[in-house]
Amino acid sequence: MSIEVEHVSKKFGAYTALDDVSLRIETGELVALLGPSGGGKTTLLRIIAGLESPDAGIVKLRDEDATRSPVRERRVGFVFQHYALFRHMTVHENIAFGLKVRPKATRPLDWEIRGRVNQLLKLIQLDWVGDRYPSQLSGGQRQRVALARALAVEPKVLLLDEPFGALDAKVRRELRAWLRRLHDELHIASVFVTHDQDEALEVSDRVAILNHGKIEQIGTPQQVCQNPANSFVREFLSEGPRSVDIAPAARTTPLS
Amino acid sequence: MASTAIGHVAVRRGTARRDPAPAELLLTVLALVALSVLIVLPLTAVFIQAFEKGWQVYLDAVRDPYTRDAIRLSLLAAGISVPLNLVFGVAAAWAVSKFDFSGKSALVTLIDLPFGVSPVVSGLIYVLVFGAQGWFGPWLLDHDIHIIFAVPGIVLATTFVTFPFIARELIPLMQSQGTEEEEAALVLGANGWQMFSRITLPNIKWGLLYGLVLCTARALGEFGAVSVVSGHIRGETNTLPLHVEILYNEYNYTGAFAAASLLSLTAVFALGLKKLLEWKISRDTEGAAE
Repeated sequence: MSIEVEHVSKKFGAYTALDDVSLRIETGELVALLGPSGGGKTTLLRIIAGLESPDAGIVKLRDEDATRSPVRERRVGFVFQHYALFRHMTVHENIAFGLKVRPKATRPLDWEIRGRVNQLLKLIQLDWVGDRYPSQLSGGQRQRVALARALAVEPKVLLLDEPFGALDAKVRRELRAWLRRLHDELHIASVFVTHDQDEALEVSDRVAILNHGKIEQIGTPQQVCQNPANSFVREFLSEGPRSVDIAPAARTTPLS
Repeated sequence: MASTAIGHVAVRRGTARRDPAPAELLLTVLALVALSVLIVLPLTAVFIQAFEKGWQVYLDAVRDPYTRDAIRLSLLAAGISVPLNLVFGVAAAWAVSKFDFSGKSALVTLIDLPFGVSPVVSGLIYVLVFGAQGWFGPWLLDHDIHIIFAVPGIVLATTFVTFPFIARELIPLMQSQGTEEEEAALVLGANGWQMFSRITLPNIKWGLLYGLVLCTARALGEFGAVSVVSGHIRGETNTLPLHVEILYNEYNYTGAFAAASLLSLTAVFALGLKKLLEWKISRDTEGAAE
């Protein structure tokens, strides 16, 4: 199912986070929102999810206007930058949460939920951590659990905020390839935010480059590399590989 | 100056047990003396005085009908004000720590107001508003509603004085936890109540219990504000702390200290609970920070 963003603008006080942004993402597509920090990528992702409301413009999910519909009715999967796993629940309970909070009429039976969670644990290759708490997992494991939790509710749209930002270089590269395969199996529309051009160019079908709240260019990795629309895109893409030299320690906030 | 201080730290780490520096020894002794004179000695005196004439007299003093009425009223006032402050405190902490709105800093200041105002003034405010000569006095009199010199006034004053305890405890805790887990719950389809009861509440439970213990201890022990609005009617508007004063003024020392010993026991009990909860909280935050 598609995601469509039409003429969306958003301000926080005097600061313009998004300025008349339009974007359409088709089912099966994996799109990267790429740009420097403060460029508006995360705000756009949160507006699609419904965690922020735009000052102007429309968000359409499955070709229906969803601008005013509340977060919990949008049925999107969202993976937070710092995973936001429920710290007082086991991995199993974390993944089951989205199914357990459904109203009785649509909630699967307990044994069905258990089966679904076990299936997802197998999918993320972590079927042995079900009884552990998030604090007992490594960063890469937490990331995969967060993804499984988002997928448990069978979303048609998957949104990932800097999904590999807090991981070290080796784990990032493994998870990238894994995410790409997973996306292709699920046949959903996925958007992920990154400030790492390698990651964006390697994984995505199309890249949208955001700067100062505007989309500078959108196109396939080949298009944006070979025909950069302006000097900003050219300079941003030619800054060289950065995925290696960002220390993981600097990317983690102390509170998570 | 600075280098000496650093030197001391090094000494402490290495050889603290064998060779304490003279300054450290002096400070420790000073602290212990102050603690004994200011806290341990008076507390012991309370129990010595209470049991001076033996168990039987002590038990009689505690079983005295007026003392029992005072205990009952204190428990009632705490029993109403603590749940009220639980609701207010959680709501205020929730609003302050999870949302941005104009007037937020004003709200935080207001929450702290009861800490800053003398309890006697807090009591007077209610007399001025609800007393016979107060703003609503004549109207209340016409409708035969008694607030001042009656139980509702005592509950109001106790609630006011103990308001900050729970909110103050929760705000820093909830701020440090952020809003991401709540947002994750919403995206996964939880409604507002499910988000609160399944995510927020379990995350703050130890801090909340800690605030509850402090709030209850203070509610039982509150003297100043309640003294102003109570009217000291024995058997009707006399709380346990007020009863201690009355008995003491009547030269009934055993009775006064027996009642005081009950308050001291609740304080010691609260302290023990507080220690336990602090241990739980530190264990939880360590787990989260791993």
